[in-house]
Amino acid sequence: MERKKQLLETAVHGIFLVLGLVTVGCVLLITAYLVASGIPAIRRIGLLPFLLGDRWESTAAQPSYGILPFILTSVYGTAGAILFGVPVGFFAAVYLAKMAPAKVKAVAGSAVSLLAGIPSVVYGLVGMLVLVPGIRRLFHVPDGASLLAAIIVLAIMILPSIIKVSITALEAVPQEYEDASLALGATPTETWFRVSVPAARSGIAAAVVLGVGRAIGEAMAVMMVSGNAANMPALFESVRFLTTAVASEMSYSSGLQRQALFSIALVLFLFIMLINAALNFFLKRDKEGS
Amino acid sequence: MLDRPISPLRRAYTGTMKLLCVLSVLLVCALALFLVGFVLAAGLPNLTWELLTTKPSYLAGTIGILPDILNTIYIILAALLIVLPVGAGAAVYLTEYAANKRLVSVIEYAAETLSGIPSIIYGLVGMLAFAGVFGTSLLAGALTLVIMNLPTIMRTTQESLKTVPQSYREGAFGLGAGKWRVIRTVVLPGCADGIITGCILSVGRMLGESAALLFTAGFAHALNGFFTGLASPGATLTVALYVYAKEQGEFGVAFAIAAILMLLTLAVNLSAVLAGRYFKKRRAL
Repeated sequence: MERKKQLLETAVHGIFLVLGLVTVGCVLLITAYLVASGIPAIRRIGLLPFLLGDRWESTAAQPSYGILPFILTSVYGTAGAILFGVPVGFFAAVYLAKMAPAKVKAVAGSAVSLLAGIPSVVYGLVGMLVLVPGIRRLFHVPDGASLLAAIIVLAIMILPSIIKVSITALEAVPQEYEDASLALGATPTETWFRVSVPAARSGIAAAVVLGVGRAIGEAMAVMMVSGNAANMPALFESVRFLTTAVASEMSYSSGLQRQALFSIALVLFLFIMLINAALNFFLKRDKEGS
Repeated sequence: MLDRPISPLRRAYTGTMKLLCVLSVLLVCALALFLVGFVLAAGLPNLTWELLTTKPSYLAGTIGILPDILNTIYIILAALLIVLPVGAGAAVYLTEYAANKRLVSVIEYAAETLSGIPSIIYGLVGMLAFAGVFGTSLLAGALTLVIMNLPTIMRTTQESLKTVPQSYREGAFGLGAGKWRVIRTVVLPGCADGIITGCILSVGRMLGESAALLFTAGFAHALNGFFTGLASPGATLTVALYVYAKEQGEFGVAFAIAAILMLLTLAVNLSAVLAGRYFKKRRAL
């Protein structure tokens, strides 16, 4: 009887251990698949021509596989989204964390959750029918589907992540810090911006990094508004991101072209891993700080 | 609040910062309001009974989204059926069993990594790993969604497991219960709220997912039952929206789907709020 019970306990322990290890297995699986399927094309094309080549002509008679346009578009697009999104998100977070009355906070909070929950294809659809024609008319360009349209959509899409993480960081600032500053004669606003914000800076940095990750990984919304031509990035040029480069040709690709798409995904994955590492660094520092 | 006046410079600083804050919040709220209003205004008029209850017919030239609605339900059900036990089990392992600190941090790091990976990469790996085995099918899509949502379920379950008082466990151990019995009778019932919250969050995420499903679940609009549906390719609402808008220029249908998705998103958010409030109240009792 006792032995049977022990056996059961061990078995259950084992089952839970396996379930616990599933996530680790998934990460390994994803990494293995991406590396295994991404390396062959890079080998055949050559690392430097692949990363630094500025022409992507996968379906030409003399195909050329350079992904520099995609890398630069992703970098510029993300930078642009951060440029617009971070200030708005930051100030909104300070307001919601420190100034807002409870009711306003609840209403604005649900607006933020809603922005976070809207599917990316819906952002893409609205962008396609509002933003793209708007840009065409406003700036008198032949086609509004451009890097600028993608930047605006991405800036809106990363707002919720930035706001939520920043609020958490700001709310974790010890009350004593603020009390001390107020007692020294600072106004509440001065206290929030000169005491609370610096105290929460690791958390806010994490929010920005999270926004970078979201922006660089977004595919569908960007695909619907950015035009999808493999040009070098310019504000009003039709462009292709790393994500959309994979998505737009996958359904009809074959041979080296298909392998090259996997290599693009591998490059994107490496970017994301770097961003994750940065995110963890900031989050850890935030935890230690508070 | 202040008994003596502050310098004009400080007053200007305070005023500017406050103004920027208020403007930013207004902008965020206006964006949300505009998106909801615009999508509903453009979509609801196109949302006819016929659209909701038929499948597309090339002969009659009509479009119906019933298959896409069913596919979305099937794929979410299938994914939840798998991800709930696995995610909750992983959380139980982390909080109840794991003694090795390093292993815990490895598992948690893996979960964080998973939640940072973009959906297009999940789509590719799902295509290679699952669609290779099961063919392009809802099941392959569901399995991809399982990996994507594992961290969410794990985290919410873990949070709620932490709120089960240690004394409950000790009491049960003191009465002579084995570890498994303690988990079954004391720990698991206590984490129901975490699992439900995780469920709501995951449903929201699965509803909106598209990039991961394009190459795993495919584009078909066939009307199937649950099990045949899982085995065959099918477009979910989001994928259908994408195809109708981007490839076929059917913006009316696209907006109708967008309106449905918007209403569902609102419903998911509302239930998350209500569930959170309910659990908080119950815990306070």
